[in-house]
Order: sequence, then C-alpha cells, then structure tokens
Amino acid sequence: MNYFAEAIAWIFNPRHYGAYDGIDTRTLQHLSISLGVVAVAAVIAIPLGYLVGHTGRGRSLAVAVSGGIRALPTLGLLIIIALGVGIGLEAPFVALVVLAIPSILAGAYSGFEAIDRRTVDAARAVGMTEWQIVGRVEVPLGLPLLIGGLRLAMLQVIATATLADYVGGGGLGLFLFRGLKTSDYPQVLAGSIIVIAMAIVSEIVFSILQRLVVPAGVVAGQTQYVRVKSSGLRVASGS
Amino acid sequence: MTWILNNLELIGQLTLTHLATALPAIVLSFVLSVPIGWFANRFHVSHGLVLTVCALLYAIPSLPLFLVLPLFIGTSTRDSVNVTISLTIYGVALMARSTADGLASVDADINQSATSMGFSAWSRFWRVELPLAGPVLLAGVRVVSVSTISLTTVGAVLGIGSLGSLFTDGFQRNIPEEILTGIVLTIALALIIDLLLVGLGRVLMPWTRAKTSGTGGALNPTAREAVTV
Repeated sequence: MNYFAEAIAWIFNPRHYGAYDGIDTRTLQHLSISLGVVAVAAVIAIPLGYLVGHTGRGRSLAVAVSGGIRALPTLGLLIIIALGVGIGLEAPFVALVVLAIPSILAGAYSGFEAIDRRTVDAARAVGMTEWQIVGRVEVPLGLPLLIGGLRLAMLQVIATATLADYVGGGGLGLFLFRGLKTSDYPQVLAGSIIVIAMAIVSEIVFSILQRLVVPAGVVAGQTQYVRVKSSGLRVASGS
Repeated sequence: MTWILNNLELIGQLTLTHLATALPAIVLSFVLSVPIGWFANRFHVSHGLVLTVCALLYAIPSLPLFLVLPLFIGTSTRDSVNVTISLTIYGVALMARSTADGLASVDADINQSATSMGFSAWSRFWRVELPLAGPVLLAGVRVVSVSTISLTTVGAVLGIGSLGSLFTDGFQRNIPEEILTGIVLTIALALIIDLLLVGLGRVLMPWTRAKTSGTGGALNPTAREAVTV
C-alpha cells in the first residue's frame, strides 16, 4: 500500500506537469491517439460492416478476417511496421487501427443482423428504398450494438496504446517504460493508474451512450419493461 | 530463412516458454469460470454483480496489470507468473459471462426432468447442465485461448520471455525476419490450440457432431433436440 501512496503523490506532484513528458501532455496525447485510431478504424469498418449486415454476403469472410486479426499480436505488428517507417507515431497508429477494426466490424454487422427480419420486410413493403431501409431502419436499430463495438475497440486501444511509446510514439506508456528502466515503481504505478482510470471512464461514457441511442420506439415496444416500470412508479407514489 | 535455421533452438525454447505461460492461464480461466458462472446464475443479485465485476476487470489494461500485480503478490517484475495470473484474470472476466450464458441456455424442462429422474442438484449440474452448456463454453474458451496466446507476447517489453521476445530482440537488432517469425509462430500457435479445442469439443460432446456435419438433418436429430422433442 506504501507504493500506492507514493504513486498518488507522484500523480499530484506539480513538477510532473507542463513539460513534454508531463502527465497532462501525455494523458492528452494518449487520449487523442486512442480517439484518432478509433475514428479511422470506424471509417473503415462501419461501411464494410453495414455492407455485410445489409446484404448478408461475405459474412463468413468477415468473421474469418476478424478472428485472424484477433490472433495477430499487436506488439509484433507495431514493431515490424516501426522497422519499416522508423520510430514515431505512424507504426503504433497503424497497428492500433488494425487492432480496433474487428470489434467495430462485428458491432456494425451484428447490429444489422440482430434486427427482426420482419421489421426489414415491413419497411420494404411500405415502399422504402434500400437506402431508406439502411438509413431509417437498420442504422438506428443497430446503433446500440455498434456503440458496443466501438466501446470494446476504445477499451482495447486505450490499453494497447501504452505500447506506442516503446517505439517513441508518445502517450502514457512513457511512465511505465521509464519507471521500469529506473526501478521507479511509484512512477510505474502512477502511469498504470492513469491508464486504468482512462479505460474505466471510457467504459462509463460508452455505456451511457449505448443506453441513450436506443430508439424511443424500441424502448416503448418493450412492454414487460414498461409494466415493471409503471408498477414500480405506482408503488413509489403510493408510499 | 538463414536466421530461422541458425536460431532453431532459441525459437523452440521461446515457443515452449510461451506455452508454459499461456496454457495454465487458459486452463485456469476455464476451471475458475465454472463456479463463478454457476454463482452468477444462482441468485438474481449475483448475476449483475458478477457481470459488472468481470467488465471492470476486463477494463484493466494488460501492460499496467503485468507491472502492478507483482507489487501485490510479491513476485519479481520479470516473473512470467505475473503474465499467467494477469491473463487468467482476463480469461475469467471473459469466460464467466460465457459460462453464465451457457448454463442459462439449458432448458428448464430438461432440468426438471433430470430432477424427477432422481438427480441430486450436484450431479444434475455436472452431468446434465454443464455438458449441455458445453457448446457455449467451448465458444468462450476458444475466444479466451486466442486472445491469451496473443497477449502473452506483450510481456516481452518487460523482459518476460515468450515468442514476443522475438519482436523486441528483432527490433533492437534490426532483424525483420526475427519479428516475422514471432508473428507467424504466435498466430500458428493460436490456430493449433484452437483446432485442438474444437477436436476436444467433438470428442467430449459427440452429440454436437451431427449438427456440424450437416448430413444428419431431421432424420438424425442431435441429443439435445431429441431430448427436447
């Protein structure tokens, strides 16, 4: 527990802020790398996932590719790219995008697949074009699962972005590697605490988002849920 | 190719170390997830609690966990036990959910039939519920084994030996061939273990074979379907 007190003291030491290796700079760097990676991965994976989910074609290929990428060790990929393009942010960025794609892809196509086929058929029957079906039916209904995919991707990227600084890519990994090299365990622990805190905050933000994006019609359709809720309210107002 | 041929001994040794680190984590997470999954399904409150704790544990980044764990359990920072225990924690976090889902997927009618045939709660769990939850459990173990074998490489940046050591060593000495060898071997290892798990599933759960072969169809119902019908 002594280490913990020292780590907390290390985090709140004003001397550890401001410079290029300051906690504020590195935290911001880590966060912007993670957000940038997930954004790029989303631009690649969401259209592909929607295409697979809407047409139902290429599903087994998407599953196989996602599974294959999961087995691919990110550290190895990061390092081999770094040997090619040199140290810096490029190699970790590309490796992290590859890491983030399977989760987002799965979230996108499983969001479409989870929709009741009768809902899609009904949309087609009332005269919606394919684009309208995608835009007004499938995308809104699939949004919670897509956000779930983005949530998992963000979690993995925040965790793995600590490796970026191994090839000089910046981020919070600095405190882990520097602390380890100098046997400065409070620094290692402080860096770890910040990364863990960022991961947990991301989980909380995405879980709230995941609830907010459920379309109003879907919530209203969950009759059982409404009944439980209303009886609960009655009990509450009665007492 | 010359690098590989000159370093066969190192590669073999690192592959063994990698397996010695990853396999106990995979086995342990399966074994531990069974009682945890059972506990999650047993009580209404415990379900949400277990799943929330698992989600939180899974949110802890691996590299920091490898580093923080020794401060709690008193091992050396470069001990491979840290990696095994950390990966077991992730494995349990993933598996407990699959186990709970798998056990919940067993039809209530089947449980009642088993009870009325004289199974005690204990033997019903081991001989009816767990085998029927098998396919879901197998799917969970396959995910855990792939991610565990891949994550084991991360320990290399802390000097903990595994196939990941080929990455760090190849980086420092600028040998792309060494890094590629590490990547290919890690993926190969994950695939081999996955195939072994599928094979093990077929041996232990012969009734799932009819389903995957696809030739049986309605004429050759699986055990589960036969029981349900």
